[in-house]
Amino acid sequence: MDITEVSTSQDGKGKKGKKAKKKSAEVDGEGSAGEEKKMVKSELAVAFPPAFSVSEIKNKQRRHFMFMKLKQEKRKAPPKEVPKTIENQRVYDETTVDPEDEEIAFDEGTDEFSAYFNGLTNPKVLITTSDRPRGRTVRFCEQLATVIPNAHVYYRRGLALKRIIPQCVARNFTYLMVINEDRQVPNGMVLCHLPDGPTAHFKVSSVRLRKEMKRRGKNPTEHYPEVILNNFTTRLGHTIGRLFAALFPQEPHFVGRQVATFHNQRDFIFFRFHRYIFKNEKKVGIQELGPRFTLKLRSLQKGTFDSKYGEYEWVMKRHEMEACRRKFQL
Amino acid sequence: MGDRSRLCSVWLGSETGILKGVSLSRKQAFNFCNTSHLSRDQEVRALCWGDAAESELLVGCVDATVKTFSLEKGAFTESRRCGDPAEGCFSGLAALGGDALVTCAESGALRVWRQEGGDEPVTQVDAGKNVCRMRQSPANPNKVATGGKENGLKIWDLQRPEQPAFSAKNLRDDWLDLRRPYWVRDMAFIPDSDKVVTCTGYHQVHVFDPSSPQRRPVLEAEYGEYPLTAISLTPDGTAVAVGNTQGHIALLDLRKGLVRGCVKGLAGGVRGLQCHASQPLVASCGLDRFLRIHSLEDRKLQHKVYLKSRLNCLLLASQDLQEGGATAGEAESEVKEEEDEGDDVWDAMEQVEERQKRKTTEDTETTKKRKKAQD
Repeated sequence: MDITEVSTSQDGKGKKGKKAKKKSAEVDGEGSAGEEKKMVKSELAVAFPPAFSVSEIKNKQRRHFMFMKLKQEKRKAPPKEVPKTIENQRVYDETTVDPEDEEIAFDEGTDEFSAYFNGLTNPKVLITTSDRPRGRTVRFCEQLATVIPNAHVYYRRGLALKRIIPQCVARNFTYLMVINEDRQVPNGMVLCHLPDGPTAHFKVSSVRLRKEMKRRGKNPTEHYPEVILNNFTTRLGHTIGRLFAALFPQEPHFVGRQVATFHNQRDFIFFRFHRYIFKNEKKVGIQELGPRFTLKLRSLQKGTFDSKYGEYEWVMKRHEMEACRRKFQL
Repeated sequence: MGDRSRLCSVWLGSETGILKGVSLSRKQAFNFCNTSHLSRDQEVRALCWGDAAESELLVGCVDATVKTFSLEKGAFTESRRCGDPAEGCFSGLAALGGDALVTCAESGALRVWRQEGGDEPVTQVDAGKNVCRMRQSPANPNKVATGGKENGLKIWDLQRPEQPAFSAKNLRDDWLDLRRPYWVRDMAFIPDSDKVVTCTGYHQVHVFDPSSPQRRPVLEAEYGEYPLTAISLTPDGTAVAVGNTQGHIALLDLRKGLVRGCVKGLAGGVRGLQCHASQPLVASCGLDRFLRIHSLEDRKLQHKVYLKSRLNCLLLASQDLQEGGATAGEAESEVKEEEDEGDDVWDAMEQVEERQKRKTTEDTETTKKRKKAQD
């Protein structure tokens, strides 16, 4: 048993060595020792398994040359390593949508947003707050109404959402947006798609109103903005992305040069509103207008707002889902 | 097609109308669809076995048709129109022996259909309004239970359809003398006895005993703050698994009504829950588009399968879930073992190296966690 082991392993090594030597011999035989050939040799030498080393070349000149090459390579700077970031190391999510998947295409084509995406309805948004809003929340709602076309701000007179919803549906509203306030600062948003659509509950943070923004442009005009949705890759991400897309009318006014961006990174959705201008074909200048805020999805409920008896399609369970730093849901 | 359907040990119905079969031994999911193009009208609402030998599945769709799917052929064999889509979707489907089936719509129309009857039901019973669920007793196929919103549990004997065999009374008024609201979402028959356990939309679990003179629940237990949507009995009959709209699944002990433990992992509302008939496993499916199988003993996740549509209902085969792949797979593995025994040392060495190379990041993570736990 032992003898057989030793012989086969030696044979293996020997064969590999012979192959390497044969290859190097062929390369030498092909032409004179030009630089290209040397490069080829060095590449071949590097590609061979480590059993082949520079010291095994019998020709002194060639061996010396290979050794000088090796020393040079060591002196050169090592190749720059790609830094590991959390986005690079993201755990592959099996719910990532494949663009050619027919079942998902059908699911999306016939879901609650299909009326909007097929051009049958125009968005009409009702913005309201929790009861008795103060200060920043009121100004935030007004600015949101300028950013989202066809949006109306109404004062919430302590009315129950479940009673507001049938009235909104009767008046052809397509979205109900409720900004929740805590200590004069907005901290939550409930976005309900109206006929019978999903209700998303977000945590709002980092709200910057227009007068707090540096180097901002003039106030936004009435033109419909373009919408950019970045990085919504998973199935849940697709649903949320469509939820945001359906807030804005389908045909943007390119004359207005305004763009609203929803950028998803690490499960946080950043909202920015810019005006752009093309200086030439390659350079764009942008001015940030409008409010800026960050959203984080807390739950997605199927059906209109019914937090107690509604069925949830997705709920953020922090201790289970946020345990791994490299796993994201959207 | 037939060989694929024979491999599947878990069957699920989705909102897009696709019947999905999952084979856990091979870790594959197959889609079975009736028509070439999908439609939301075909959304599967109820699933049940067509016969005791589990060779046929009955699929109830939103447009009030019941389709029969044959496992041998791997295709839908027939389709029957049972009722009116205007009455609401199926809230229950059950097979009686001899080609008869029982359907219940949300409007409360409990009907028995026979093949010869054509379009008219043989028996029709009005089970009240807003029936959320209808289930058949495994011991006696003629006994069915129905329940719904403000519609108490009623047990019907199909041979005497005029009056329910048992109808439950509402709970006693609470301490403010207010009437307690009542919403039965799902029920299950406890084996070896007459008892029925129900779960309600007001996060309660009730056990009823028709043989006792008491029409109110014998046992009342509560779990969580959200409506309980699905219930399933464990194979030993002492515990019950319930799922709610937030994706919490709990195991409750029926002797005292205490929570034995929770099963974690679901992100969306539970729509279908079933415990395996013999193995200590519970399968759950829901709005988050995943099928999850947990073990009942240590409540750990054993299998998780992504199925791209929202899932409405679920059925487990009675055979062992792991061995669902028939004897052909077993024979292949035996042959491989014999070859391995021949070349002991070499194959053993190579296999070790291959496993090390194939270790994915997940495996290294789990090993790291185990090491940390041990430390």
